[in-house]
Amino acid sequence: MASLETIPSRASIATKLSVDNVEMVFDRDGSEMRVLDNINLEIGEGEFICLLGPSGCGKSTLLSAMGGFLAPTHGQIRIDGEAVQGPDPRRIFVFQERGVFPWLTVEGNIGFGLFKLPRAERERRIAHYIQMVGLTGFEKTYPAELSGGMKQRLEVARALAVNPDLLLLDEPFGALDSITRLIMRRELLRIWQAERKTIVFVTHDIDEAVQLADRVVVMSARPARIQQIVDIDIEHPRDLSSPRYLELRDGIFQQIGLAHQI
Amino acid sequence: MRKVPRHSANHWSVRLGPVLFILLLLAAWQFAVSRQPAHLLPGPIGTAEGIGDLISHGLLFKYVVASLFRVTWGFVLAAVLAIPLGLAIGWYRRAELAFNPLLQILRPISPLAWIPVAILWFGVGDAASIFLIFIGCFLPLLLTAINAVQSVPAVYVNAGRNFGLSTPALLSRVLLPAVLPQLIIGLRITLGVAWLVVVAAEMIAVNSGLGFLIVDARNAGNRYDLVVAGMVLIGIIGLLLDISMRSFENVKSLRWGYAEEG
Repeated sequence: MASLETIPSRASIATKLSVDNVEMVFDRDGSEMRVLDNINLEIGEGEFICLLGPSGCGKSTLLSAMGGFLAPTHGQIRIDGEAVQGPDPRRIFVFQERGVFPWLTVEGNIGFGLFKLPRAERERRIAHYIQMVGLTGFEKTYPAELSGGMKQRLEVARALAVNPDLLLLDEPFGALDSITRLIMRRELLRIWQAERKTIVFVTHDIDEAVQLADRVVVMSARPARIQQIVDIDIEHPRDLSSPRYLELRDGIFQQIGLAHQI
Repeated sequence: MRKVPRHSANHWSVRLGPVLFILLLLAAWQFAVSRQPAHLLPGPIGTAEGIGDLISHGLLFKYVVASLFRVTWGFVLAAVLAIPLGLAIGWYRRAELAFNPLLQILRPISPLAWIPVAILWFGVGDAASIFLIFIGCFLPLLLTAINAVQSVPAVYVNAGRNFGLSTPALLSRVLLPAVLPQLIIGLRITLGVAWLVVVAAEMIAVNSGLGFLIVDARNAGNRYDLVVAGMVLIGIIGLLLDISMRSFENVKSLRWGYAEEG
């Protein structure tokens, strides 16, 4: 498979995030459980990276470590050359839609992280992102009255409103139906192209990874190692029936050890 | 498919149902009492006359106010102390481990078991009955607050930290709104407990209030019409207290906590 060469980080792009020899060992009922094993990864400024792997492999653990919610047992994660010490508004972690605050309206959620801004600027940003994610008319609505897709867009808007340089998305569309999921991918790509954030996106869906990412980081089952990094060299908007798309997708299927047949 | 329109819950005939049923029960009660020559229980008419007696002697208002006064003090003192303490214990896992055995031992002790202690410490009077109500409310509220904090999904706390909230801000902007629906349920149940305890406390420690009315009516001349009148008043006021607490569950920023799953 010529298309599945490991692509090292590209020298032309400034490094945004680097993962150096990261190991994660959890203590479960007295026995050690190795979740991440010697992970090395460099992510460039403005890059869209998908971490792809089977459920429970540890890819979300890696994402949590990037977000500063978990400290690696060994190794280091650096963002802009600076070691990650804890959560920081410059990098926002987007949970599945569960992360929106149910006691706040759409406006209240989007404005949640903007408490340091003057009122006028805060309101301008809230209005801007409500419009960007298509929630106009729902400003005063509580999340319980929104659909799953709307809640997901709300959470993305809340993250974007604080103007982070890095978005960490943990299977954000996993709970949505397949049609909404496709729409959300298109929306996310549109937002990414407009705002040029660096995005790390965790998924177990091969199609999703190949549709979205600049590079797909294929991870093994636990303890997770990086098995392969696949460069998706297709321009957006991507034609999902083009030979190149199918070739890349099938290559990853084989890499993971699944024949592309049911 | 039936074409007959079903009455909505607000239709007058549906709302009248419970009223008619109560009237029917009152009629049955009156009938049963009239067939029974020995005065085992006054009938509804006798009870109504008893309430009329209380009004004409100016005792009804005085006793109701006396009972509500004690309940308010005991309940508010317990809430003001137990809720912040419970939130703190729930927030710090070690505090919970330290306090839990003590709480589990104190919990099965009926507040009524404290009556001798209350009289020893406070003598006969308002303070003793307020203390008993306080005892009856404090532990349930403390446990409610501890459990409420521990059931807050980690995703809310992590999201709050991610947006750069300081610990005080995290407590007031994330933790408090997240626990409020459960706290209000706890307050509602506890107010019911307080209303149960005040009656018992007034039977022993004071000479006013609805509990005193019941004991006094029996001791001072076997006025069982006043005993039952006191019971009816206790029931009606308890119901009104519960309805007023329940109205919080319709507040929009709290309603998410009471919605059914899905």
